[in-house]
Amino acid sequence: MINRNPQLDENGVLQHLLTTEGLPASILLHILDTAESFVGVTERDVKKIPLLRGKSIFNLFFESSTRTRTTFEIAAKRLSADVINLNIAVSAQSKGETLLDTVNNLSAMNADMFVVRHAQSGAAHLIANHVQSDIHVINAGDGSHAHPTQALLDMFTIRRYKHDFHNLRVAIIGDILHSRVARSQIHALTTLGVPEVRVIAPKTLLPKMVERLGVHVYHDMAKGLKDIDVLMMLRLQNERMQGANLPSPEEYFKYYGLTPEKLLLARRDAIVMHPGPMNRGVEIDSAVADGKQSVILPQVTFGIAVRMAVMSILAGNQG
Amino acid sequence: MKIHIKNGRLIDPKHGVDAVQDIFIAKGKVVAIGAPPNEFQASRVIDAKSLIVCPGLVDLSVRLREPGLEYKATLESEMGAAVAGGVTSFACPPDTDPPLDEPGLVEMLKHRAKNLNQAHVYPIGALTQGLRGERLTEMAELNDAGCVVFGQPDGLLPNLRVLMQAMQYASTFDFSVWLRPQEISLTNDGVAHDGEVATRLGLPTVPVCAETIALSNIILLAKETGVRVHLCRISSAEGLAMIRVAKQQGLPLTCDVTINHMHLSDMDIGFFDSNCHLMPPLRGFSDRDALRNGLLDGTIDAICSDHAPVDEDAKLLPFGQSDIGATGVELLLPLTLKWGLEMRLPLLKVLAKITLDPAKILGIDAGHITVGNAADLCIFDPDYYWKVTPSAILSQGKNTPFLGLELPGRTKYTLVNGHIVYEY
Repeated sequence: MINRNPQLDENGVLQHLLTTEGLPASILLHILDTAESFVGVTERDVKKIPLLRGKSIFNLFFESSTRTRTTFEIAAKRLSADVINLNIAVSAQSKGETLLDTVNNLSAMNADMFVVRHAQSGAAHLIANHVQSDIHVINAGDGSHAHPTQALLDMFTIRRYKHDFHNLRVAIIGDILHSRVARSQIHALTTLGVPEVRVIAPKTLLPKMVERLGVHVYHDMAKGLKDIDVLMMLRLQNERMQGANLPSPEEYFKYYGLTPEKLLLARRDAIVMHPGPMNRGVEIDSAVADGKQSVILPQVTFGIAVRMAVMSILAGNQG
Repeated sequence: MKIHIKNGRLIDPKHGVDAVQDIFIAKGKVVAIGAPPNEFQASRVIDAKSLIVCPGLVDLSVRLREPGLEYKATLESEMGAAVAGGVTSFACPPDTDPPLDEPGLVEMLKHRAKNLNQAHVYPIGALTQGLRGERLTEMAELNDAGCVVFGQPDGLLPNLRVLMQAMQYASTFDFSVWLRPQEISLTNDGVAHDGEVATRLGLPTVPVCAETIALSNIILLAKETGVRVHLCRISSAEGLAMIRVAKQQGLPLTCDVTINHMHLSDMDIGFFDSNCHLMPPLRGFSDRDALRNGLLDGTIDAICSDHAPVDEDAKLLPFGQSDIGATGVELLLPLTLKWGLEMRLPLLKVLAKITLDPAKILGIDAGHITVGNAADLCIFDPDYYWKVTPSAILSQGKNTPFLGLELPGRTKYTLVNGHIVYEY
C-alpha cells in the first residue's frame, strides 16, 4: 500500500507537523526565522497579534501534560485563536470511544487545528491521515516516536546561543530508548548540518542500530563530553526505575547525571539544555540546572515563539 | 456429476507431471488422466486452455474466527474466501474463543464446515486446556473428534516442563506438535522487529533472540522426546540457520513461512501502516532474503497464508494498539507465484510448497492428483494480474499489506470432491 508521510503535500508544502524526520532544512529554518519575529511579540506589553483570529485550535491531550499544553495554549492565544483544551485521558477514551471517533466528533465542531499528544507512537500520523484536508495536525508528542516542536525550540535555542549549526558538537544524554524528544532532536540536528551528534547512555537506554540515525554512540560521560558545545539532557522517567532498565537513581546519577565536575569535561562555553520537567539529582545536579551555562529557562520562553511560528505557518498553508 | 477438464496444463508435484493433459472426474474422484475412460459422458466440460490445473491448495494456517470471534469473520465468509483462493484443505489454529480444547467444539466446527460443502477443514487441537499452558488436553479424544495435530497459539508457549510432557504425550500417539517459537518474556508489549525502523518510529520491539531462544528450547525438547514438531511462521535468518542444522542432524522437524514474511520487511511499515502489524514481526531485508532462499533449499517446507481477518475498526488505531494479523488465504497462490517468478523457478517446484508439501506436514492424503483419489483441484490463470482491493477480496477481513498491488494468478475454478465450489 502506498503509505505516504502526510505532513507534506504533493508540492512539499507543510500541512501537518508530525516529525522532524524527512523535513527539508528550508522548512526547519523557515520555522526558526518566523519564530524570531515572534520573540519580540512575547516581550511586548500587549502580546496579541491577530494572525489566527476566528480559528479554533483544539488541544487533544490523551496523555497528561502541563507544560507543553500550556505553552501551546499561550502560543495560540497570542495569535488570537480560540483554544479548547481537552484532557481526553480522563474523558471519552475511558468510555470506550476510539481515537478517530473522538477526532471526527471534534472535526464536526469546525476545528481548524489539532494539537495532539498520545502515548502511542504513530497516533498523530493516524489522525493526520484521517482528518479533512483543511484541518492541520501538530504532534505534541506520540509515544517514543516524535516531539517536533520541542526539537524545534531546542534548535532555536542553539542558534540563539551558538549562531551557526555547522561547527558544533552536540551530545544528547540519557534515556534515548524511550525518548521522543531525542529522536526529533537527532533528525533536526543532522538536517541542519551539525557535523557531530553524540548520544551518551547505558546500553539499556539505547535503541538498536541507533547509529543509523547518524549519531555516534558513547557509554562513558568522560569520553562523550569531550569537546562538546551543546549538552542536551533528557528526562529520566520514574517508571523506568521499576523495570530492569537501571538499578537505581543514585547509580544513574553517579555515572550519567550532569554535575559541575562532569560539565568541566565539555567546552568551557558549552550550553546545557533540558526539555523539562527536570529530576534534580537524577539526571542533572541543581548547580548545573541553575548555573550560568544553563539555558533551560530561555528554552521555555522560546518554546512559545516556536509554537506560534508553527501554528501561523500551518494556518497559512491551506491544502 | 461427471466433469471433463480439457486442454489444461496439468502440474502435479507428486508425480512430477507438467504437461497438457485432460482430467476426467466422476463420483467425486479422478477417474482418468489423459485419455477418457470407456463411455465417459461429461455433464460439464471445462475448457482449461492456457490455464493451469493443479492439486487444490493446502494452507497450514487459516483463522476462521469461529467460535467466538464472528465480528471479525464467519465460517461462511472465510470458507468462501478459501475456495476463491484455490484452497481445498486447510488447518485452523486453536485460538478461537473458547479455544479448540474439547472434542465437542471440534466436532461442531467440523460439522458446520462440512455442511457448507466447501474446503476440508482440519482443526489444530489445543495442546493445553484453555491454551493456558498448564494442563494437557485430551489429545486422543480430540483426535477422534477430528484434530490431526496439536498446538499452542502465538506467543503462549507453556513452561518447559509442561511443554516437555505435552510433547511426550503427543509422541505416544504419534501426533505432531505445532509451535510458533517466541519467548514471551522477551516479547512484552513489542510490536515490531528490533531494528532501524522500530528505532526511528519509537515502537516497542520483539528481538530476534525471542525466536531463537524459544527455538533452541523446542529443538532440544524435540530431541529429548522424539516428537514430530512443526515450527510455524519462522521470521529470522538466525532462526532458520538453527532449523537447518537441526534438520541435518535428522530431527523430525518441518517449518513454514508466511506469504507476508517472504515478501516484506520492517521497512514496509512505512509511516505506521497497521496492516503490517503482524506476529512474528516483519524483520529486516536480510531475514526476508534468507527466508526466500530457505524455501528454495528446502529448509522451509511450506508456505502458509497465516490468514487472520481483522475488522476495519481494529486496524484504524495507532500501530501498537491495532489488532495483529492480515487477511491472506486469497493471496496464497498469487504471492507464491510472485516468489517463483522473482526467483525464476519452475512451477512444479513452486506449487509443491502450497500443495504436496503442506499436505505431508498436516499428514493428510491431499495435494496431489491421482486416479482414484478425491478430485480436489485448483484451476488458475497464471498470466492474469489482478489488483488487491477491498472489493476484490471475499474474506470479511480486508486488512493486508498488499492492498493496491497487482499480483499474478487468478483462480478460475476450484473443485472439492469433484464439485465446482468456486468459479470466477
